Amino acid sequence: MTAPRPREKRDPLARKKARHLSPAARSRAMHAMSARAAQGRFVLQICDSCGEATYPPRDVCPSCWGELAWQDCDNGGIVLCETVIRTSTDLYFRDHMPWRMGKVALEVGPVALVHLHHDLSVGQRAEVRLLLDRGGNAAMFAIPPNGDLDMSDPQLREFLVPIEGRTILVSDARSAIGLAMVKALCEAGAGLVVAGLAPPARTADTEQPAFIAPGVQTVPLDITDQKSLSEALSKIAGPLDIVINTARHPRDGGVSLDGNIVEQRHAFDVAAMGLMRLAQGVAPMLAGRPHGAFVDILSIDALVGSSQRAGFAAAESARLSLLQAFRHEMREAGVRVLSIFTGPVEDEHHQSVPPPKVAPARIAAAAIDALQQGREQSCAGEVANDAMTRWLADPALYTRERNL
Amino acid sequence: MTATPHPALAQMLACVASGEIRCIDLTNTLSSDFPVIVLPSEFGQCEPFRMETVSRYDANGPAWYWNNISMNEHTGTHFDAPAHWITGRDVLNGTVDAIAPSDFIHPAVVVDITREAAEDEDFIVTRTFLERWETDNGAIPPRHWILLRSGWSKRVGTLSYLNLRQDGAHSPGPDADAMRFLVLERQCVGLGVETVGTDAGQASHFDEPLPAHSILHGHGRFGLQCLTNLDQLPLFGAVIVAMPLKIAGGSGSPLRVMALAPADMA
Repeated sequence: MTAPRPREKRDPLARKKARHLSPAARSRAMHAMSARAAQGRFVLQICDSCGEATYPPRDVCPSCWGELAWQDCDNGGIVLCETVIRTSTDLYFRDHMPWRMGKVALEVGPVALVHLHHDLSVGQRAEVRLLLDRGGNAAMFAIPPNGDLDMSDPQLREFLVPIEGRTILVSDARSAIGLAMVKALCEAGAGLVVAGLAPPARTADTEQPAFIAPGVQTVPLDITDQKSLSEALSKIAGPLDIVINTARHPRDGGVSLDGNIVEQRHAFDVAAMGLMRLAQGVAPMLAGRPHGAFVDILSIDALVGSSQRAGFAAAESARLSLLQAFRHEMREAGVRVLSIFTGPVEDEHHQSVPPPKVAPARIAAAAIDALQQGREQSCAGEVANDAMTRWLADPALYTRERNL
Repeated sequence: MTATPHPALAQMLACVASGEIRCIDLTNTLSSDFPVIVLPSEFGQCEPFRMETVSRYDANGPAWYWNNISMNEHTGTHFDAPAHWITGRDVLNGTVDAIAPSDFIHPAVVVDITREAAEDEDFIVTRTFLERWETDNGAIPPRHWILLRSGWSKRVGTLSYLNLRQDGAHSPGPDADAMRFLVLERQCVGLGVETVGTDAGQASHFDEPLPAHSILHGHGRFGLQCLTNLDQLPLFGAVIVAMPLKIAGGSGSPLRVMALAPADMA
């Protein structure tokens, strides 16, 4: 047996530390920036007339009153100055004093007020990331360029979701994606991976090396069953930090042609109602955690449907819709809700789909990266990436293309 | 009209009241974690039991508690009607709604294969085995349920109940000759088992595949699955009350199965 995992303990009589959110109110232009930051992009507004980059977000160009358009930009710059904030009337920042900030002269033009990584000092080159803060809004964070990022910076940790030492539930661990996820989480240093195994249980599960590895606990879990979910959640040792929902039910079939109602209904049961049930069960558990997060793996078909897998795509669309609302609900609690879009997976459900397909291990890596970068929306693999790019560029055309 | 009940009924009720006749529940509890039969993945699957609370003395119903439930017709302790199988598709009154009420109550013979099944999970009940059983215990009378007591109900709640391995499920059951013997020569009402199906776990690989389903239902006989407490029944003399739900055109139904048996069964 391995040594028991160090458990988080606290004085039971002391009142629990309240958690606050960073200030939330933002302009519409700033929300546009946050929406792009959620995709892991670094964007600035560029003036259509004079070509100047501007920051913070505005409605018109401050130099010439021209139209502004969002553009992906180079994120390099030089640290001009720094300061440490030691007092504030804001509840969130009061929890995290002292707080180091600085100004960075971005290579593309503007000078930005940024959160400053503890390894950076005045005069140094910096890479500026657009990260989402606790309130879900984009904020500029300057980090040392091209170096190994020291994640122990407490300010930076506020923007990311650490995996090391955390208790993480994988809702369907038996699937190819789930299995890869369990392995990847263990390698990433998770404290405890709770692997949900949907019935029917097989004797082979008890011999699967990934499930009997140290730091892995298996629980019977079927998110289409309220009782199973409640019992599984009650069996998790210690507080739950992160939930990764890998459950899905990919099946071919159209709407009027080859649409197997029983299978398609099950796809909805897993993807939509399952997500809702899981979310209701874990939301209060995650809400109390310093770095709570919910990661959902969903098909890129959720964006516009698919004539080949109509029922599955519809179920995934419903899932996406629920996920957006859930993200909004969880923002109040400071819990991050991350989506990982994927195209066809290299697994038993997509045997007849020609490549390119995405390896389950790559989806797992994308989920871990999304957590560690605090990125709300990611695409795993070329198919999902390409689809997202096309959809963002021309939704009407992409919808037509996907359903030809 | 007379207020005096039929003497036989009156005597039965008196015996039930006095405990001379025991009422034994042969039903497993219907819950979402009770396993259902698993078919190869290319086929449609049996849905397990599901329950969602509509209200429980709360805002959705301040004074009442009730649930929505859903399941397959063959979930939990259940009844197989002749129409369940292709061989029984043309059987007259072969769906649960059409079964004669007189078929809801029949006597039973209990064939104990507990020892054999413990030694061999794939134990096959053969005609030879049944003939030897008759030599030891007496002839199987006509129009009886044949209850196969395998001890499998003791495995409920463990992986070994469905007993799924890479090569499929492993559980005991009859072969085709045994089924023909029971159905054609002993005129059985049906076959009742503790396992998840009347057929053995590996019965799809038999030379005559799935003989229990095929032969029982082809001759208009019934099946009862996922029974429990068969160890409380005498070899002869128990009466089985099994009433499937009246589902229009239904192929089977979850149900409560009760046995009436003498208390001093010995």
